[in-house]
Amino acid sequence: TAVPPQVVPGADPSARQLCFAWGPAEVLVCETLFSRAGGSRSRCLSGSRCRSRGKGRAGAAARALTGSVAGTGEGAPSSSRVFVVRRDQDIYIQTLRKLFNESHGIFMGLQRSEEELAGKSRKAQLVQVSKNYRSVIRACMEDMHQAAVSTRDPALHGQYSTQVSILSAMELIWNLCEILFVEAAAAGPLLLRLLDWVRLHVCDVDSMVREVLSSESPSKHKLFWNVVDVFVLQGRMDEARHLLSKEASANPTSMNMYRILDDLMKKMPVPTLGNTQTLTELELKWQHWHEECQRYLQDGTFASNPHMESICKILLGDEEAILEKKELMTTWYHFLVTRLLYSHPTVKPMELRFYAQSSMDLFLGGESSPEPLDLILMAAFEFEMHQVIKECSIVLSNWWFVAHLTDLLDHCKILQSHNLYFGSNMREFLLLEYASGLFSHHSLWQLGVDYFDHCPEYGRVYLELHIERIPLSTEQKALKVLRICEQRQMHEQVRSICKIMAMKALRNNRLGSALSWSIRAKDAAFATLISDRFLKDYCERGCFSDLDLIDNLGPSMLLSDRLTFLGKYREFHRLYGEQRFPEAARLLLTLMTAHIAPCSFWMTLLTDALPLLEQKEVIFSAEQTYELMRCLEDLTAGNPDKQKFQDDDVETTKVEMLRLALARNLARVIIKEGTVEGS
Amino acid sequence: AMEDVSAKFVSQKISRTRWRPPPAAALQPPDVFATGSWDNEDNRISIWSAGDLGNAGLSGEYHGEPHLLCDIQHNGDVMDMQFLDQERIVVASSTGTVTIFRHHQNNQTLSVNHRWEKAHYHVDQDTSSGGAACTGVVCNNPEIVTVGEDGRINLFRADQKDAVRTIDNADSSTLHAVTFLRTTEILTVNSIGQLKIWDLRQQRNEPSQIFSLAGDRVPLHCVDRHPNQQHIVATGGQDGMLSIWDIRQGTMPVSLLNAHEAEMWEVHFHPSDPDHLFTCSEDGSLWHWDTSTHVSEKPSFFHQGGRSTTYLSHNTINQSVVSAWLSNDPTKDRMEITNLIPNQTLSVNSLDVLGPCLVYGTDAEAIYVNRQLFA
Repeated sequence: TAVPPQVVPGADPSARQLCFAWGPAEVLVCETLFSRAGGSRSRCLSGSRCRSRGKGRAGAAARALTGSVAGTGEGAPSSSRVFVVRRDQDIYIQTLRKLFNESHGIFMGLQRSEEELAGKSRKAQLVQVSKNYRSVIRACMEDMHQAAVSTRDPALHGQYSTQVSILSAMELIWNLCEILFVEAAAAGPLLLRLLDWVRLHVCDVDSMVREVLSSESPSKHKLFWNVVDVFVLQGRMDEARHLLSKEASANPTSMNMYRILDDLMKKMPVPTLGNTQTLTELELKWQHWHEECQRYLQDGTFASNPHMESICKILLGDEEAILEKKELMTTWYHFLVTRLLYSHPTVKPMELRFYAQSSMDLFLGGESSPEPLDLILMAAFEFEMHQVIKECSIVLSNWWFVAHLTDLLDHCKILQSHNLYFGSNMREFLLLEYASGLFSHHSLWQLGVDYFDHCPEYGRVYLELHIERIPLSTEQKALKVLRICEQRQMHEQVRSICKIMAMKALRNNRLGSALSWSIRAKDAAFATLISDRFLKDYCERGCFSDLDLIDNLGPSMLLSDRLTFLGKYREFHRLYGEQRFPEAARLLLTLMTAHIAPCSFWMTLLTDALPLLEQKEVIFSAEQTYELMRCLEDLTAGNPDKQKFQDDDVETTKVEMLRLALARNLARVIIKEGTVEGS
Repeated sequence: AMEDVSAKFVSQKISRTRWRPPPAAALQPPDVFATGSWDNEDNRISIWSAGDLGNAGLSGEYHGEPHLLCDIQHNGDVMDMQFLDQERIVVASSTGTVTIFRHHQNNQTLSVNHRWEKAHYHVDQDTSSGGAACTGVVCNNPEIVTVGEDGRINLFRADQKDAVRTIDNADSSTLHAVTFLRTTEILTVNSIGQLKIWDLRQQRNEPSQIFSLAGDRVPLHCVDRHPNQQHIVATGGQDGMLSIWDIRQGTMPVSLLNAHEAEMWEVHFHPSDPDHLFTCSEDGSLWHWDTSTHVSEKPSFFHQGGRSTTYLSHNTINQSVVSAWLSNDPTKDRMEITNLIPNQTLSVNSLDVLGPCLVYGTDAEAIYVNRQLFA
């Protein structure tokens, strides 16, 4: 089931040295200009190509190392190619997305679950979580199987079938871990659980059983005794006896023999799940029953029927007799469980390792060497949890399995927190790997966030690095990313997202949107920039755009001085439009004297004062007029770029017109105020 | 009841779910719905059967998960979606394109019926123009109104190639959603907390009325109008707040109801029993707001899919309960609020209610159907 190691297609390590750059979920591989003999320059990291990850995902089908090559410098000379090697290629399989999404819910439930629950109820809770994970694997396996059956594309069929067998192996391993580590079944119930495990997973013989049982007269079927043997080997006594009774009724002569065998099978003591009997009681009963079987075998009761004799030998735990049925067991772990059932029904967890090792040796008999799956199961029987996880990490093509299993075992508090060299423990390391894989996916990235949240050591840093790389294609998506950052007080990222969106809006001439993004980030500098754009537009066009926004700034107006000015300046125009001249005049003056208006805008403001100065009514008081004059002088005198005013005819005319208007207004107001005061 | 909810993981993040409208005199509960996906490399419009009706039976028991009838590729994220009639669906895309898809029920296929390319677009400073996301669509056959990130409002007719009316720069911020107020008037909500009424008969390119949230201008994401009392409008905001507006008076909402902890993506009055309202959110919750006064007086169709009644004939019942939504303090009065999804973690992007049925879709790539909403 493992993905065989493959070289990166097109890369030739024999001709040139390869260099690597490790990313969170991908490896970049490229050829250097160093020849094998040693050279001078490296070109690999100089070109922008190195960052072209994710490009040309069509290449994803080609596997390399245990990942896939996702993008290459197509058509370029080989020396400048960059290969993106994905470490977690399985996340690109459509059907597996159900596994990732559904298990995410279970994972979150487990993180939330009550650690306080004591002893048994906590264990029951954890076993339930484990079962939920397994049922998700099984559901996914069924979907994958359906997909494999319904596709006509042979390549796809192959891919789906491979996944079915990977998922099936994952469930097999998970189930064993559940029995041994999560439930930690004790002697007695342990055997029952292992029997269930074998019955659930050894399904190669199921079709044979169905065929015989559905035949017209099962006892005449040529595979009849095979099916009886299968039942006996799996400890399915009732089914075996039922079948035997059919054969017995067809052979009245050997009735007695059948009766005895049936009786032995019926009487076989088995462990129970309740506490109704102690282990010692069971062992006593079992010893007694064992001796009875022995007697019948020795006095030749079954000598006339080799089938029944062999069954009796199996009942006695005769290794040779059981091994003769190798084809019916198909695997060494079935052999192990059968052997335990008939020789050591009260096996203790810690004794498993001895029986497991010898069962594997006996079963394989030196004909074949153990495969990765065998080694993983063996490590489980040896209670080497870290070994199980390590082997699975190497063999399986995705991080999903090890990440979730390790997390569950960690919640069972049975993983010694053995720290890895870089500081975080194994649970966290695997969760980080898995979540990084999710983040490299176009749409699964949202799931990754919650996994990072539950990595206390490095989760935050990983999230910060990954979240910045999410492309913000629409405002809606940006809002979702922003929400993730805001909930976690990631101020830096919040600012950067808002800035990116504000810049985009600005480029598209959407000043209103741009402003609302900078308001959300409380980015005063950017709000100033946008306000300036509004003011520039106003100066060019002589009217405001986006009045709906500027008239409704509300408290956000206080975000930046320039924004305040923009709002107030617009208010001036409204007052003027409503012919509330004295109020308008007062506001206009305040904008300059209180230094709310930027100096660059004073000329515009003074020009705006012109029509007020020319009104029939006198609007500016003497004092206000003096202030206006001072503003004008400050502007013309204080301007370091004096030349500009002198060279620019328009500006000079403006200044002169203003001075004239101010002088006339002053004259009018002196007369008016003098008259009013004098009267 | 939770056991009446069936779920299906669909391997794509769902942005919209919509029941197909029932034929005029339908007696059955709705059975077909459409979904749209977002943020996928390959986004799709899918038509689903809610489950085996044969199994629903008279007792109302319901088994079986939704199954796919047909689907079709869609360019860009599905931003919004609305059935035009029984066969046609109008879809708003993040590329700015608006497409009408036709569902052929005889051979269960989907095809493109009409397409307005880049109905929404930005006039870029440097380049010529780029599409802008179309964020909302609403239909009143044959009229279709769309709004977008470009602040533009388009009025289309299903049978006409070009837009009937376009209001460029209708809003200086992003328009998030649109709905019909009356046949010629529409309501829009935007990203600076404003609710606007537009009269499409008027040639003026300005709203006829502007309503606004007080204080911080929290963006509004969704809007729905009371089906019988057109002056009552509900909106949902970025802070998860539900606002109820009476558009006959004032410029601010009548009530603000604390609901979700993050963006409220959709709000829907129950079309035939508007004492009930449903909202869903980025925080992964889906709330049922119930202002019906006397539980015992529930119309009969609540109990199960209208054997004795049609969905649309019950409007009169609700006229008497004049303004449960407008009372000064609805929370104190008689509002019952229930979260229909405990323990959900990822966003519920969309919901739709029709008769006794609810359908919703999530970022956890699952769709859920609840056929006994009021059981």
